[in-house]
Amino acid sequence: MTDAGILSVLRPDGTADPLLDPGLPDPELLSLYRHMVLLRAIDEKAVALQRSGRIAFFAPSTGQEACSIGAGHAVREGDWIFPAYRDHGVGLMRGYPLASLIGQLFGHTTDATRGRQMPNHWCDRSIRLVSVSSPVATQLTHAVGAAYAAKVRGERVAVLATFGDGGTSTGDFHAAMNFTGVFRLPVVFFCENNRYAISHPVERQTASRTLSEKAAGYGLPGVRVDGNDVLAVRKVVGDAMERARAGEGGTLIEALTYRLGPHSTSDDPTVYRSEAEVAGWREKDPIRRFAAFLKGRGLLEDPAAEEAGAKEIVRAAVEVAEGAPPVPLSSMFEDVYAEIPWHLAEQRDSLLSGTG
Amino acid sequence: MAEVTLIKAINDALATEMARDPSVCVLGEDIGRGGGVFRATEGLSRRFGPERVIDTPLNEVGIVGMAIGMAMNGLRPVAEIEFSDFIYPAFDQIVSEMAKMRYRSAGQFTAAVVLRAPAGGGIRGGHYHSQSPEAYYIHTAGLVVAMPSTPADAKGLLSSAIRGEDPVIFLEPKALYRTVKGEVPEGEYLVPLGVGRIVRPGSDVTLVTWGGMVPVAEKAAADAATEGVDVEIIDPRTLWPLDIAMIEASVKRTGRAVVLHEAPRTCGFGAEISALIQERCFLHLKAPVARVTGFDTPFPFALEPSYLPDPERTLRAIRASMDF
Repeated sequence: MTDAGILSVLRPDGTADPLLDPGLPDPELLSLYRHMVLLRAIDEKAVALQRSGRIAFFAPSTGQEACSIGAGHAVREGDWIFPAYRDHGVGLMRGYPLASLIGQLFGHTTDATRGRQMPNHWCDRSIRLVSVSSPVATQLTHAVGAAYAAKVRGERVAVLATFGDGGTSTGDFHAAMNFTGVFRLPVVFFCENNRYAISHPVERQTASRTLSEKAAGYGLPGVRVDGNDVLAVRKVVGDAMERARAGEGGTLIEALTYRLGPHSTSDDPTVYRSEAEVAGWREKDPIRRFAAFLKGRGLLEDPAAEEAGAKEIVRAAVEVAEGAPPVPLSSMFEDVYAEIPWHLAEQRDSLLSGTG
Repeated sequence: MAEVTLIKAINDALATEMARDPSVCVLGEDIGRGGGVFRATEGLSRRFGPERVIDTPLNEVGIVGMAIGMAMNGLRPVAEIEFSDFIYPAFDQIVSEMAKMRYRSAGQFTAAVVLRAPAGGGIRGGHYHSQSPEAYYIHTAGLVVAMPSTPADAKGLLSSAIRGEDPVIFLEPKALYRTVKGEVPEGEYLVPLGVGRIVRPGSDVTLVTWGGMVPVAEKAAADAATEGVDVEIIDPRTLWPLDIAMIEASVKRTGRAVVLHEAPRTCGFGAEISALIQERCFLHLKAPVARVTGFDTPFPFALEPSYLPDPERTLRAIRASMDF
């Protein structure tokens, strides 16, 4: 895949391209940075929790913070988010409480979804952050339906759907892109091309030159953006969301980034990619790159102190979530249907009475 | 009350519910100007407009997935799949997404979609237009599965499904679309989900069946009556959750049970009903629970009349139960 035609805002010298700079106020810039740092602190802690057997699983986003945080910042109240499992940062940016996010990893009573799904499968209705599914890209057609409902009600909202490069291989991707084009719906498809779908390089997902060019086949605009540049992501996603809200239809965005860690805690990336390749991408670390920009603007003095602060926030949240009581046994039978039918009531009662 | 066909009753239910609730939308292939391959949605586009009667691209994943998203965002979508045999590309969307949205989000999000699909054989449709897939959906936690056998039930059950808070697989016995007529109440009419219907009361054998097999059961019961055997026919109407109380009460009274369905036998819904009867009525049974079903083969085109259970096979099972 060529890297031509990629939109960047942050330049190698640490300054921003004045023509493309989204022009965010200083507190917003600092907020983007702090959320990126917090996201990485969550990742590091969660991986350590899994390694020590305290949680079952985790899919880190290390290296992709600019994508999640930049895209999440472009989401406004009333917009919908249909995320992939690596995009907890989008929810975090939108206001998903850290306590709930960490609580979901443990599946105890502080998990708003009552321990129903493995870690990385969160949701929060209050901010329209929709439940995550494990099979990739199944959420994309749901985004289409939510957008359709918003459109027929005349609401000026946009729907953000995030997924990885592997997601573009699925029938769901095709269906969602096609429906969005045909019905001219306000869906922003944000594809984080992190180069690997577990062990498969993007070249094994597609023979097309880029992922963004697939948009043309559906009558949608396609954009390529530097996914390690938080300001570029914010600009491109922000512009696409504005287009969507204005009734001008959907967009496919391909953000070029790299997953520095494993696909998940069950994965060993050393078997399918070289240390040299990873090291090359470490040099492009999105947090360090944005820190240089903030330092140049006089907004950031001590990155180490920021990182230490984030770690402490995460540590405290883990302590609360891990110490929460387990979900009650009877809850297993709830929320299957709106009301508990006879067969589930019987199964619940037999389990609780020890006769099942 | 007007006497109408089953397909007309479905059209009536859709029109009545759309008129009652502006959030009800229908979507699918050819359903707008075309009125659907079986004309279930005829006239709806003209009356309610193309925004609520949505002709979609030809893609079942897209139809089901879009319906899920519509339901999550406040609409009440009724999606039509042209034949239940065409659903399988969207199977993942149904069993892992639609069925589980409430559970996995602990009630924060729900996907109260009604998925209408013509099912069953008897129309010389061959393999791709004749299958009876109810067991797949009954096996899936979170789905309600309903199948009417009369025009009134078609209207009443579909209206309840549209108003309900759970996703519903609404299987329509296409063989009965125009062969069965009956009186259907005008205006709003509801048949509650989860409540069975005694098609014909009787005292000797309980015959449980649904959909396109109900007329077969009725013929078999009439034939049995000439032999002095009084058959009680129960149509659960909602296959899951099943009206087990109605079946249990009947079997305890008759002491005999036969289950009749078109779908293949192994792991068919008849197996579950047999097990439930065995668990609940064991001491009342005078004979083993019998099954009359389709065979464990793909649905055959030329041999369809032999594949589908008929009154004769049903009568043989009734006699075997009586003679045990």
